[in-house]
Amino acid sequence: MGDAVEDIEIALLLEAIYQRYHYDFRHYAGASMKRRIVQARTQLGFASISAMQDRLLHDPATLPRLLNYLTVQVSEMFRDPSYFRALREKVIPHLQTYPSLKVWVAGCSNGEELYSLSILFREEGLDQRTLFYATDINPDALKAAEAGVYPLSEIRKFTENHQKSGARNSLSDYYTADYGRAVFDKSLRAQVVFSDHSLVTDAVFAEMHLISCRNVLIYFDRPLQDRALGLFRGSLARKGFLGLGSKESLRFSAHADGFSDYVREEKIYQRRDA
Amino acid sequence: MSTAPIEAVAIGASAGAVQALLHILPALPADMIVPILIVVHVPPDRANALVTLFQDRCRLRVKEAEDKEPIANGTVYFAPSDYHLLVEGQRSLALSSDEAVNHSRPAIDVLFETAADAFGPALAAIVMTGANHDGSDGVRAVADAGGTIIVEDPASAQVPTMPAAALAACPTAHIMPLNDILAYLVGLTAR
Repeated sequence: MGDAVEDIEIALLLEAIYQRYHYDFRHYAGASMKRRIVQARTQLGFASISAMQDRLLHDPATLPRLLNYLTVQVSEMFRDPSYFRALREKVIPHLQTYPSLKVWVAGCSNGEELYSLSILFREEGLDQRTLFYATDINPDALKAAEAGVYPLSEIRKFTENHQKSGARNSLSDYYTADYGRAVFDKSLRAQVVFSDHSLVTDAVFAEMHLISCRNVLIYFDRPLQDRALGLFRGSLARKGFLGLGSKESLRFSAHADGFSDYVREEKIYQRRDA
Repeated sequence: MSTAPIEAVAIGASAGAVQALLHILPALPADMIVPILIVVHVPPDRANALVTLFQDRCRLRVKEAEDKEPIANGTVYFAPSDYHLLVEGQRSLALSSDEAVNHSRPAIDVLFETAADAFGPALAAIVMTGANHDGSDGVRAVADAGGTIIVEDPASAQVPTMPAAALAACPTAHIMPLNDILAYLVGLTAR
């Protein structure tokens, strides 16, 4: 039901983006994708989605503008503080036993989660031996993540979240205020590799001890979720950890057997090996 | 009322929601088939306590909506806090972390617009008490898709702002006090 023509236009647009630019949104969850495409059409001033497709095919400069609508940018530092508290209290003690660590923030968007983890690892004394990988498909988001600059208006929320996560320092130790912006200390990204990586089309990464990928899979359809979860399992070291968003679950996945619950209520899983 | 049989009900409520829903949901009969999807504005950092509150008081199954969950008959779904609740084309539920709409996540507009898309004329959307304008764009989408729109009578709503805004957006909506909304929902069972 709904507007059948618009549904056809959306399918064609996603196919055009894939064939022309190799960004594959064809298996993203439909309802949210449709809202974002319609929003892009309105705000970018196109008369129809087909008109937007026409411009996109012939003018590559349109792509980044559209990508900023299609990929999700909204997050906050230490979102769901209980997740970070569980990492601190239950996962970190296990990670302490390794001489070197790799952590993958998959779908890092503007970097809020990356800096949260970097701060947490520093507070727990693991920063010197940890290499972080922060990946996203959106080049603008990766640039923002690399910059680590957030509006000061967000800081109160970030600070509150940080405290609730079991903070050992004040969040203000990690940034300087500058003209309405909070500029996070560059030492927090000294051991971070920023990279373009797609969970839809790219392959297994390195041997990770922790993968944090929250509120990314929620945008995928079931088969695509399974692909990403398979990728995560293949990218984890033995007994490695996977953290998902609070409303995401392995329950219905083909890979459910590949993981065991580690902190069930926080959606923290551990790779299971036979 | 629209002549198409109603296959889903979507409800949006904000300030005063709990009291209004307590008037409605516990009174619904156990044999009600039509699923009910509800967005209530709750603070993002608080677990949504509505499911617990209504579970024991209702004859219908009450649960928090899960991502990719098929919509089951005779079930009341609440949006979780800090996520939008959407309906997919195949009539399953979806959650999203998209930015707040009308300063709200979950937002009533998001539920109404996607439910209108999925159910078309088979959707009844109900706007209840609230102190903001969320749901106004949503009722327009429901109207465009040929669905039924009911607005709690601003004269008797605990907080009239939201129903009044919905009425302004959709002047042809049916205006009902809570008792009539309840009777309407019970009537869906009889058909």
